[in-house]
Amino acid sequence: MLDVKKIRNDFPILSRRINGKPLAYLDNAATSQKPKQVIDAISDYYSHSNANVHRGAYVLSEESTEMFEGARKKVAGFVGAEGANEIVFTRNCTESLNIAVSCLSSSLKRGDRVLLSVAEHHSNLVSWQGVQKKGVALDFLSVNNDGKLDMAEVVRKITKKTKIVSIAHASNVLGTINDVRAIAKIAHEKDALVVVDGAQSVPHMPIDVQKLGCDFFAFSGHKMLAPMGAGVLWARKEILDEAPPFLRGGEMIKSVSEKSATWNDAPWKFEAGTPDVASAIGLGAAIDYLQKIGMGNVQKYGEELTKYCIDELSEIDGIEMYGPRRATQRTPLVSFNLQGIHPHDMATLLDREGIAIRAGHACAQPLMKVLGVPAVCRASFQIYNTKSEIDRLHSALLNAKRLFAK
Amino acid sequence: MIFVDETIYRENVLDHYHNPRNFGKLSGANAKAKDDNPLCGDEIELRMKVSRKGIIDDVKFSGHGCAICLASSSMLTEKIKGKRLDAALLICKTDVFSMIGVELSPVRVKCALLGLKVLKMAGYFYKGRKVRPCGLDSEL
Repeated sequence: MLDVKKIRNDFPILSRRINGKPLAYLDNAATSQKPKQVIDAISDYYSHSNANVHRGAYVLSEESTEMFEGARKKVAGFVGAEGANEIVFTRNCTESLNIAVSCLSSSLKRGDRVLLSVAEHHSNLVSWQGVQKKGVALDFLSVNNDGKLDMAEVVRKITKKTKIVSIAHASNVLGTINDVRAIAKIAHEKDALVVVDGAQSVPHMPIDVQKLGCDFFAFSGHKMLAPMGAGVLWARKEILDEAPPFLRGGEMIKSVSEKSATWNDAPWKFEAGTPDVASAIGLGAAIDYLQKIGMGNVQKYGEELTKYCIDELSEIDGIEMYGPRRATQRTPLVSFNLQGIHPHDMATLLDREGIAIRAGHACAQPLMKVLGVPAVCRASFQIYNTKSEIDRLHSALLNAKRLFAK
Repeated sequence: MIFVDETIYRENVLDHYHNPRNFGKLSGANAKAKDDNPLCGDEIELRMKVSRKGIIDDVKFSGHGCAICLASSSMLTEKIKGKRLDAALLICKTDVFSMIGVELSPVRVKCALLGLKVLKMAGYFYKGRKVRPCGLDSEL
C-alpha cells in the first residue's frame, strides 16, 4: 500500500494555499506536480554537472553525457524497451507523435488508410491530418455509451488498405484503457503498424511495450512527476534505423560536407540540437521515485480514488459522468457535467475553494461532439491525492449547485 | 489588479444567465454576426434591426455558453436596444466589466467579451466594413 502522507511531504507545492484554502490539485491529467527528489535532481545537475552532451572531452561533458544517457536507460527499462537506443527524447508527447508521423508518412501512398478513434487527443489527430494531402484517408473508430471501443468495429475497419493504426492507450477525457494489445494483434495480421499515444497510461500503470505489441509508443514525462520538457518516443530499433530524421542540424549527423550529410544512428538521429538534458535527468529521477513505490501500487491506488470519486459524485442529482463505469477499466480521471452549470463557471467556483480541475474541451473537440456537450469538467488524480480531497470536491459541487439553483 | 471576486456570480449575473433578456432569433435583421470561443465552446449569435436613422430598433442574441458569457451578452442587448448604433460601437471592455460588476481572471475575460465582439462584428457588417474576428480583439 501507498503511504500517501509520506508521499505528500515530498511535494512542496502541496503545502500551498489557494484563495485561502489548502490546494487540492486535481488536474493531473494535464500535468502532475513534482516531488523534491525530481526538483533536486534538476537543481543538482545545473549546480554540479552542467555541460553540453556528446561534445567535449572534459570531465563535465562526460559526466553530463553519462547522466543523460543514464536517464535514457532508465526510461528503456521503465517501458520494457529492448535497449536504450530505442528511446528518443523529445520535448513532449505531441512532438513524439509528430516524429512517429514523420517516420511513417514517407511510406504512405495514395489510397492507403490510417485508422484513429474519435476519442483521440488533438495531438494524435491533427498530427495525422497532413497525410490526407497525399491522398491517404483517415478512418475513425467510434466509442460506445460506456466510452469503449467496439472490437468488432476494430476488426471491420482494419482493412488491407489500412497501413497504420494510431490510438490512445487511455483516453484523456473518458479514462478508458483501450485493449491496445488486441488491437495490435489484429492490425499486424493485416500488416498495419501500430502507434500508441501513452500520455495518459504511462503515469498510472506498468507498461511493457513488448507485451503491448505495438510499433511506436509515445508519452510525456511531465504527467508522471517529471519536469516539462522531457517527452519520449519508443519505437522498434529497425523502424528507427530506416526512418528519415525529423529535425536537421547538429548532434543528429555522422559527417557533414558542404552539400550533404550522413545521419547519426538512432536515437540521436532524431535529436537535433542541444537536448533538454536536465529534464531528461529529472525524468530519470521521477522513474526512480515511481519504481520505489511500484507501478502496480500506483495503479491500484488510482483505481481506488477513481472508484471513490465515481461513487461520491454519482449521488449528486443532475450529474453526468463519462467513460466506463468500472474504475478498473480506466485511468484515474473522472470527466463530468453538472446540469445547468457550464464547466468554466464550475472551474471558477471550485478554484475559490482551492480545488484545481480542468474545464473545457480537453483537446478532444471531436469527442465533445460525440458526447453532445461543448465542454466537460475533469478531475484527475495522482498518488498524492486523497479521498478527503474528493470529499471537498463533492461538497464544492453541491455548493455550486445551490448557488446556481434558479 | 486581476482577481476573481467572490461576488463574480452575483444575483444579477445569475438572473441574466437564467433569464437572458432579448434571447432568440430576430427575423428581418439587417445586421448579424456569430462567433465562438473555441477554448470553452461558447458560441454567440447577435442580430439587430437598424433603422435608416442608425437606431437599433431591435436586437436579439442566441447561442450557448457559461454564465459570464451569457449574462454579459444579455446585459449588452439591454444596454443597446433603442440606442444609436454608433454609440453601441463605442462600448468597450471596461464597460462590460462594470456591467458584470467585477474584474475577471484572464481566462474568464474572453467569456465576458464574446458578446461585445459579436456586437462589433454585426455593427461593422452593417456599416459595410469588412472585419475579421481576430482583428477585433485589439479593439475591445
